[in-house]
Amino acid sequence: MIQFIIRRFFYVFPAFIGVTLLTFSLIHLIPGDPVELRAGERGIDAVRHAKLKAEMGLDKPLTVQYIKYIRGVVKGDLGKSFVTKRPILEEFLALFPATLELSVCAMTFAILFGLPAGIIAGVKRGSPIDHTVMGVSLTGYSMPIFWWGLLLILFFSVKLGWTPVSGRLSALFWIDTDTGFMLIDTLRSDEPGAFKSALSHLILPSIVLGTIPLAVIARMTRSSMLEVLQEDYVRTAKAKGLSPMRVILVHALRNALIPVITVIGLQTGVLLAGAILTETIFAWPGVGKWIVESINRRDYPAIQGGILIIATLIIFVNLAVDLVYGIINPRIRHTR
Amino acid sequence: MKWRNIVKTAFFAVLFSLLALSAQAKTFVYCSEGSPEGFTPSFYTSGTSFDASSRQIFDKLVLFERGTTKTMPGLATSWEVSNGGTVYTFHLRKGVKFHTTKFFTPTREFNADDVIFSFDRQRDPGHPYHKVSGGAYEYFNSMGMPELIKSIVKKDDYTVVFNLHRPEAPFIANLAMDFASIHSAEYADKMMKAGTPEQFDQQPIGTGPFAFVSYQKDAFIRFMAFDHYWRGRAKIDKLVFSITPDASVRYAKLKAGECHLMPYPNPADLAQMRADKDINLMEKEGLNVGYLAFNTLKVEAFKNVKVRRALSMAINKQNIIDAVFQGAGKIAKNPIPPTIWSYNEAVEDYPYDPARAKALLAEAGYPNGFETNVWAMPVSRPYNPNARRMAEIIQEDWSNVGVKAKIVTFEWGEYLKRSKAGEHESVLLGWTGDNGDPDNFLAVLLSCDGVGSANRAMWCYKPFEDLIQKAKTTADPAERTRLYEEAQMIFKEQAPWVTIAHSVVYEPMSTKVKNYKIDPFGGHIFYGVDLED
Repeated sequence: MIQFIIRRFFYVFPAFIGVTLLTFSLIHLIPGDPVELRAGERGIDAVRHAKLKAEMGLDKPLTVQYIKYIRGVVKGDLGKSFVTKRPILEEFLALFPATLELSVCAMTFAILFGLPAGIIAGVKRGSPIDHTVMGVSLTGYSMPIFWWGLLLILFFSVKLGWTPVSGRLSALFWIDTDTGFMLIDTLRSDEPGAFKSALSHLILPSIVLGTIPLAVIARMTRSSMLEVLQEDYVRTAKAKGLSPMRVILVHALRNALIPVITVIGLQTGVLLAGAILTETIFAWPGVGKWIVESINRRDYPAIQGGILIIATLIIFVNLAVDLVYGIINPRIRHTR
Repeated sequence: MKWRNIVKTAFFAVLFSLLALSAQAKTFVYCSEGSPEGFTPSFYTSGTSFDASSRQIFDKLVLFERGTTKTMPGLATSWEVSNGGTVYTFHLRKGVKFHTTKFFTPTREFNADDVIFSFDRQRDPGHPYHKVSGGAYEYFNSMGMPELIKSIVKKDDYTVVFNLHRPEAPFIANLAMDFASIHSAEYADKMMKAGTPEQFDQQPIGTGPFAFVSYQKDAFIRFMAFDHYWRGRAKIDKLVFSITPDASVRYAKLKAGECHLMPYPNPADLAQMRADKDINLMEKEGLNVGYLAFNTLKVEAFKNVKVRRALSMAINKQNIIDAVFQGAGKIAKNPIPPTIWSYNEAVEDYPYDPARAKALLAEAGYPNGFETNVWAMPVSRPYNPNARRMAEIIQEDWSNVGVKAKIVTFEWGEYLKRSKAGEHESVLLGWTGDNGDPDNFLAVLLSCDGVGSANRAMWCYKPFEDLIQKAKTTADPAERTRLYEEAQMIFKEQAPWVTIAHSVVYEPMSTKVKNYKIDPFGGHIFYGVDLED
């Protein structure tokens, strides 16, 4: 197992280099000059333009810029934003707790509903329940996120008034956001009602963000269950007279979970990358929206740094998923 | 036991009265459209950053009267202009306090040192704060301040003298702009000594109506009314910017009562907003102009004034207002918006008349028209929400008079750079005013100096140039008005642009909001605003 982990760590380095090289090349391929963009219609004279470009380090050849960037990364310095002039890592860390909190809640929602739905659909194959689950999950998967989010807001927030429209906390609560995780910060604060407010703000964005993973998990669980239920050991378990519940949950589900966990891992990676649309609709201060804004403003250090950190996170989530396989199914061993 | 009960009762009495007080506190929630880039106004050029900084936290020597483009005394109570318009002596207001916050307690009141600090930081590359936070003073530079200001001298604690290289009539209006916000020199010194000069820009201290409390990127900005504000305490106690980038969501929040005011509504929502009895939809013409500039330097046909007039007549502007602005715009006939003084009402616009346009083209030697291009911006701006659609309408209108136009577009930065260099034949662009002075439109966009930069028509016409240059150095407002009015007449005759539209600014707000005034500069100012219980 340790050997496996070490080997995987070695694979991580080429991936890092690839990510930095790709991001660096792509952002310099996009047309647009960050200095000219910032000046807008007002324009800027040639001397000042050159001065600002030099201050941003954009006057050097691309190879020099790349080497300088990599040197910084190795030292843990991702540079400073062209726009806010603040360190990229500081900007990322300020926004990441919001993305993480929302991702965890969305994934919890997706697993809590997707897994049982998939199991029931698999066990009751061909039944009306199966058709309903598959139909609903297909609809969920195909749903345009922006439309779905606005629909929920208009119905639950504006019409019924059950949930807040957007944000992470009511504007009336002035609590300190030390950890950045609103549920924790509100629990630590003395303001009565703040935690409830934070929780209620999480409901709609979690549903919207969790809809696609829920659909994927439900469909994957169903097909995996169908496959496992045909296996000899399931038939043997049934023949031994075990209760159907035990056969499904202990014998079938454990084996059926392997591909489901892969999907959960991949989807978690996607969620951590920041759900751009969900974050925009619900004014959720996460990293996805930040990266998109950085692209629009040609804030090169923010784009490079943001993508590098996210790529690192995805690599580690996938590594964690690989390790979890062994725990779920002892037949899988990472000995070589 | 008895004592314990008394203490307990007293404790709860105090607690409840505090709770009652906090319940009465008026919290105004503004659903802003984005995060500010920072809190030092001189670093930035965007309205979003100014709304969060200069318009709430800071004051300037000169202020714009709320809701107008007229200037009034701010941190300077009065000023004199001498030496042929090159010396401005400002008398500063006494008794003005800086904010006291969790992170700074001032030991002195506002004085001349703060004025010197605020301007020297921007103009002197050797100033200890010049490079702090990577300062790039775009507005200060683009308004030509480094070339204009010779020196700034402190005469005494409450008198500051600005010596200029040349007379500049719009100088007072320039000092009311956001980059001219006055900072605390004492706070700057303290932060420098503590080795944390960047904090000066992240946790702002000003003399304005609201003190900064906290900010979380993409989430919120919190302000508290400043008790010792020199113009009197704001009527609202707490001000919260709830950052909400999507216009539909801002509208949903307004309807749900989660915010009191939202900027930049979707044009498609305006009819519904008007019909909603809980929403007050205020409107005002924006301080901007959207135009189509002919390249009068490069294109042979556009050197001919008859062609320019003909193509102006060929465009159905009303159609553009309906289709592109969805009604949220007004036809422009002058290069300056009607909200600016000296706007010439007497100017007559070219009527939409394709038959006359065709005849005029024939007269100019183009009976069968010609081929050209129209550049369309890739982004939406207040003065042109959909340039592609606008270009298509123009293309269609021109084809009716025989002129075939190809629509060209580039990425925004490229678009600006190439059009500045004059690569276009005709280009769609616009301008939003900075200081409410006609010079800010006419000289920036149409002067001979502007060719190769903001003058996209590449138009240099001596009779017009003489008028605007004379107006720049004339102190008498009546004379300046006359000069600018005449300049607008010449502009229309020569038609270097097709003036297309001035956008209309809409501000939807809860009916509980009282005494809000739309800022002609497009800002959002909450001093003077009240909330009905």
